Amino acid sequence: MTTMQKLLQLPVNAVNIVKTVQSQVQGQEEDKSPVLTPDGGQQAWYNALQPDELRHLRSGGSGGGGGGGGGGDKEEKAPLEEGGSSLQSQPLRHDDLKEMLDSNKDSLKLEAMKRIVAMIARGKNASDLFPAVVKNVACKNIEVKKLVYVYLVRYAEEQQDLALLSISTFQRGLKDPNQLIRASALRVLSSIRVTIIVPIMMLAIKEAASDMSPYVRKTAAHAIPKLYSLDPEQKDQLIEVIEKLLADKTTLVAGSVVMAFEEVCPERIDLIHKNYRKLCNLLIDVEEWGQVVIINMLTRYARTQFLNPNINESLLEEGSSSDKTFYGSEEDEDDEEEKEKKAEAVAIAKRKPYVMDPDHRLLLRNTKPLLQSRNAAVVMAVAQLYFHLAPKAEVGVIAKALVRLLRSHSEVQYVVLQNVATMTIKRRGMFEPYLKSFYIRSTDPTQIKILKLEVLTNLANETNISTILREFQTYIKSMDKDFVAATIQAIGRCATNIGEVRDTCLNGLVQLLSNRDELVVAESVVVIKKLLQMQPEKHSDIIKHMAKLTDNIQVPMARASILWLIGEYCEHVPKIAPDVLRKMAKSFTNEEDIVKLQIINLAAKLYLTNSKQTKLLTQYVLNLAKYDQNYDIRDRARFIRQLIVPTEKSGALSKYAKKLFLALKPAPVLESPFKDRDHFQLGSLSHLLNAKAGGYQELPDWPEAAPDPSVRNVEVPEWTKCSSREKRKEKKVEKPFYSDSEGESGPTESADSESDSASSSERSSGSSDSGSGSESEESEEASDSEEEEEDEEEKDKKKKKKKKETKKPRQQSESEQTSDEEEKKRERKSKQCKSDSESESEEEESESESSQSESEESESEAEVKKKKAAESKPPPKPVKKESKKEKKEMSLLDLDDFEPAPSPQVTPVNTFLSNSLVTDLEGLSLSDTVLSPATISPSSALKNYELLHRITGEGLSVEYCFSRQPFSPDGNMVAVQMQFTNSATADAKSLHMEDVKLQSGMRVKEFPEIELLPAGETATAVMGIDFCDSTQAANFQLCTHTRKFFVSIQPPVGELMRPVFLTENEFKKEQGQLMGMNEITEKLTLDAKCRNEHSIVQRVTTAVNVSRVPCGSDKECSPPVPPPAAPVHRFAGRTVTSGSLVLITVVTKEEGAAQLTVNCEKMLIGTMLVKDVLLALTQ
Amino acid sequence: MIHSLFLINRSGDIFLEKHWKSVISRSVCDYFFEAKEKAVEPEDVPPVLQTPHHYLISIFRGKLFFLSVIQTEIPPLFVIEFLHRVADTMQDYFGECSESVLKDNVVTVYELLEEMLDNGFPLATESNVLKEMIRPPTILRSVVNTLTGGSNVGGTLPTGQLSNIPWRRAGVKYTNNEAYFDVIEEIDAIVDKSGSTVFAEIQGVIEACVRLSGMPDLTLSFMNPRLLDDVSFHPCVRYKRWESERVLSFIPPDGNFILMNYHVSSQNLVAIPVYAKQSISFFETGSCGRLDITIGPKQAMGKTVESLMVRIHMPKAVLSANLTATQGNYTYDLATKVLVWDIGKLNPQKLPNLRGSLTTQAGAPKPEDNPSLNIEFKIQQLAISGLKVSRLDMHGEKYKPFKGVKYLTKAGKFQVRT
Repeated sequence: MTTMQKLLQLPVNAVNIVKTVQSQVQGQEEDKSPVLTPDGGQQAWYNALQPDELRHLRSGGSGGGGGGGGGGDKEEKAPLEEGGSSLQSQPLRHDDLKEMLDSNKDSLKLEAMKRIVAMIARGKNASDLFPAVVKNVACKNIEVKKLVYVYLVRYAEEQQDLALLSISTFQRGLKDPNQLIRASALRVLSSIRVTIIVPIMMLAIKEAASDMSPYVRKTAAHAIPKLYSLDPEQKDQLIEVIEKLLADKTTLVAGSVVMAFEEVCPERIDLIHKNYRKLCNLLIDVEEWGQVVIINMLTRYARTQFLNPNINESLLEEGSSSDKTFYGSEEDEDDEEEKEKKAEAVAIAKRKPYVMDPDHRLLLRNTKPLLQSRNAAVVMAVAQLYFHLAPKAEVGVIAKALVRLLRSHSEVQYVVLQNVATMTIKRRGMFEPYLKSFYIRSTDPTQIKILKLEVLTNLANETNISTILREFQTYIKSMDKDFVAATIQAIGRCATNIGEVRDTCLNGLVQLLSNRDELVVAESVVVIKKLLQMQPEKHSDIIKHMAKLTDNIQVPMARASILWLIGEYCEHVPKIAPDVLRKMAKSFTNEEDIVKLQIINLAAKLYLTNSKQTKLLTQYVLNLAKYDQNYDIRDRARFIRQLIVPTEKSGALSKYAKKLFLALKPAPVLESPFKDRDHFQLGSLSHLLNAKAGGYQELPDWPEAAPDPSVRNVEVPEWTKCSSREKRKEKKVEKPFYSDSEGESGPTESADSESDSASSSERSSGSSDSGSGSESEESEEASDSEEEEEDEEEKDKKKKKKKKETKKPRQQSESEQTSDEEEKKRERKSKQCKSDSESESEEEESESESSQSESEESESEAEVKKKKAAESKPPPKPVKKESKKEKKEMSLLDLDDFEPAPSPQVTPVNTFLSNSLVTDLEGLSLSDTVLSPATISPSSALKNYELLHRITGEGLSVEYCFSRQPFSPDGNMVAVQMQFTNSATADAKSLHMEDVKLQSGMRVKEFPEIELLPAGETATAVMGIDFCDSTQAANFQLCTHTRKFFVSIQPPVGELMRPVFLTENEFKKEQGQLMGMNEITEKLTLDAKCRNEHSIVQRVTTAVNVSRVPCGSDKECSPPVPPPAAPVHRFAGRTVTSGSLVLITVVTKEEGAAQLTVNCEKMLIGTMLVKDVLLALTQ
Repeated sequence: MIHSLFLINRSGDIFLEKHWKSVISRSVCDYFFEAKEKAVEPEDVPPVLQTPHHYLISIFRGKLFFLSVIQTEIPPLFVIEFLHRVADTMQDYFGECSESVLKDNVVTVYELLEEMLDNGFPLATESNVLKEMIRPPTILRSVVNTLTGGSNVGGTLPTGQLSNIPWRRAGVKYTNNEAYFDVIEEIDAIVDKSGSTVFAEIQGVIEACVRLSGMPDLTLSFMNPRLLDDVSFHPCVRYKRWESERVLSFIPPDGNFILMNYHVSSQNLVAIPVYAKQSISFFETGSCGRLDITIGPKQAMGKTVESLMVRIHMPKAVLSANLTATQGNYTYDLATKVLVWDIGKLNPQKLPNLRGSLTTQAGAPKPEDNPSLNIEFKIQQLAISGLKVSRLDMHGEKYKPFKGVKYLTKAGKFQVRT
């Protein structure tokens, strides 16, 4: 307390000091601000000292007074670098600032703060103003306040005691009702690096972490690493906060908290489990910078949690590619090891076929759209994620995006090219189509040129080498000599890697030997040396030619290379070699060290092969070397003399001299400097530097066996399981009662957000548990469109469950829930087998619900209402039935956003909802199918028809189904979803349709051309056909770049309509108008399996695209009415083109007898429909 | 995360520094200056440098270096992208991003930097959010501020940061509601000596200027979206709609922004609007050379090629050029060895020609490399790829906006090798 008091005194003292000076400064004080009193005269000392300050004073407000220029800057530096030691000027200067800060006028304060901040910006010391500034921390003027914050954050560390004065202001700010003020107070408080306040900060962070405002929570997340760097001992407490914030459901917080996680506890991967799915789903809506951090973290996470998706292919692929790899012998060695490893891996794989974890797929799927981001860092992050995590067949998608980044700023290019260079070594095929994008322009900076060259070299193979070499040829003429040298090396690498062009390259390089530029020649010599080493016997001519060059070339490295060559292959040039040695002996003393060493080598080799001619020369050279200044050379000479010249003292070694010197030397391997860089996570700083940077987290290896996937299951408390549509609206709100939730949701949220978190994940994990391949695959693709419905489905099941299990209390214990889930799983499985279409499965759910409602006094509906009520009321307590009514209306209000609901009924609304949701999700499923060929079983629920068989299509097979989604470009068309599978070995290009032959009146909207369908891949496209309400086939040709196939699409009559919603009364009214000729009635006996309401509805809706008319809607208000004795099922639809009404009625009687009535304006359609429905119900 | 930022001018003076964590001495920049000394051109300075204790990541924009100091692992692109965003913001605020402008507005710059990063992690980078907090300086405002003592800092608190669409501020109101879209395509090409195309592609960008009141929801569709091979979007564009329907659906930011970038694949034939016939030769003796260049229209789709300009980086040995141009005029910069021929409009009847002699340094060997021609041009009212905007629909607001689309084709990196 006493210290605090002392501290509080300080500013007063400061004021007193100021006051004493005040009188003398007073005169200038007014003048100093020319804005205020422009006519005031300025004193000479002031002018001389502060031209710069003046300038800023002027410019601060006007922005126009930039005349001061750099001259003033220089003058000022001198006194400042002395750091306040110049007692004369410094106090004076700052005194006037203090004066201004003490004044009552905000404008004066502002000017003073601006000048101070300008000083800080220029790196000048303004620390002695601290007391004067800190007083203004509570200033009312926002700009002054902000500038004071800037100052505080900058100097608090140096003046810890004084900084404490400001703390109380921030503590007050933390309690402010305005979220932005709370956030800014926390932000500044946490930025003040003063150790004493660590406990205060900790407290503030903890409090802010549970603030109502997501913006404050975000700020809390930002504050965590600040506190951690100030006091690492707080780690444990901070982890708790991180854990809490990780569970936050808002996009605003996600990026920041993951950043905090990465800084504080990146090793605590276990904290991610529960939030993994949520992060994946939120990702697309997180701001760009957060996306980068999250994606990088998830890459690491996925490496620890999932299996290597390429484990099965690796043996086959790598085995065959190892023949092709050009990195010669050395590659083979580790190949051995690799093969062993692979063998093991494959053995494991064989035992258990690889099935991708749905969570793994979720990550890949949700990151893919981000390749389209404008932010290069995001694109790179996704690219590295795919490179490290995706199955081989899917990695290709990133190439295009990376090539796009090459258009960006040169710094971006630099980083991207480094990463591309690494990728091209492992996955050459990926970038081959973009070869030309790496062509070099004369205006590129040198470092970019060299990287592009690297990529081009990596991409070279037998097929494209000729174009690449031609391109290289133009590069050699460049003015940039460093680049030319790099090109020559690149040619050398191509030549070593691709045997076919070795001779061509060699000839080309030899021609370069006559180049005028010495650097070029020297580089060529060095490269030629390496090439010749691979097959010397053929090239004695070249060696001779090079021998002649020794007279001209002065570059030591080149001379040394030539000498080495001659020495190594002296047998091929027996006549020239001694002559070269003679010349070299003459110039020995003037040579560089590296050349001298090679001369000694040459001499030694010649002595061993041709001692007669060269004995004396060798002696001479060795003698010269003996007295050389360089000890290396002296040592070498001594060593060689002992070795080759036989004396009585010479040891056993001399016998082996020949072996030592003329041993066969392995050809050098020219390899990319980017080889093996991929053990660093791509896109990281460490990768770029090829050295581990501080704080780098290793990318873990894939685990041998997948850890338990159930850790990612999230137990969602009852009340947060809001139905999907509500989540759509408020998905980012943790608790619905937050007042500021409007800020985040609102009508304008992006359509990209997939609001499927807890429920879908719960479900998909369930399927992964089951382990059966087909199951998980199905769940994969279904989850796209079903996740929305999942909630309801689940809820329904829960309800049934509950009834079966003697009405359990609402608050289920965990164990019950899990058992519940298992049951559900089983149930779901069976259901999936049954259900034929996704949308129907949903409809069917609602049907089952209502059927139950009829049979069991429609209590289930009451439950639904209860649940909805529970959603709007967070605490999970049972809701009283009395409040049911209004609650239900509330939830229905929400639905109005989707479709105006004509009457307050639960069942039809669900149908509607799902329809619109399915449409919303259409895009998602499309993009996903493109991406995941492995996991596609295209819309298993919808009936698939074959358009083109694999055999007739020569590897291209096409299936289509009627997706039953509105075809957006034209409402009168039926959407036909086509799935192309290319099982051929070659890529299919430019898939499009041509030559459409139609009956009159019919129209077709072609699907967009598929530019490229790589072998083994699958693509989906949607086309629209207006069938004119007839079942006539649409004939057209399906064309690839090579072939054309005649195909036709014929719709079943049931697909020619779209569902409409009618109430029972409306239905009856319409039916009354469609009597007589327009009514067809048939009696039938229902199939044994199809006697309950549920299956009738399911079968009808499968056969015909109609929606159910809710029955008993009039009984809605009074649930406990018994179901009618003879259930009537009504369905309504309209034909797509003409919009004529189609009404179907099924009346069931005893023992499976039933009566089917179809009312339709178009009799032909009616008749066909009766047939189809009869078939569906009796089979 | 980003620790500190230094702004350095071309001559190597640090004129602004900002630290987001504890202060790092400017001496850390010495490593950078060392690298800068070594590099011939400022572009050649490696963007990432390693020093014993720090990593330096820098960009070069508008004759300035933005140098950031990093202490721990971070994706380099993250920093580079952010630094460019800083430069963009400055450009946006002050009209240009030069040393003198930044020095004049040093306080605003500092306030901006303060808001853009928190503890080295980007906080607010959307220009709409920033402009709500810190108003860009205008002449009118500076006059008013001088008189009233007002400030550049917004009085209201920025709500944009809180919303789900941070790129748009709330409560936008205009009397004239208008939306303009400029479709600008650049042809990148390498043409070889004989006139055949080595490589050509079209890069397009749609720049938008949207001044609409309220919260309009726009849908922009194309006649032929199939053309677009690769696209990247402003965050406001909904990916899913694009994936499924090939339309751009978005709630636009207020004011100018780049809606999308696209790429038209090089597989499609790219029309090359101009050709160049050139011969540049140097004689073995006499230290001189000849130059003869003619530019002509090739596939200009019936439009006029404008603002034609040829830029040639001559070999070092070339001392002067004595040329005559039939159209336009030329300059030869001795220091940078760049010959610029500004032609203007291309007249298909009378092709522009530039010929004459070049003087090279006496005694120097004949330059063996021929310089390549960099051609610049513009074609108004044409998108060379054939892309056409079909319609723009607006939902969510009642008024009728004024809509406009403009097309422009430019030369990007258009190079003719000799």
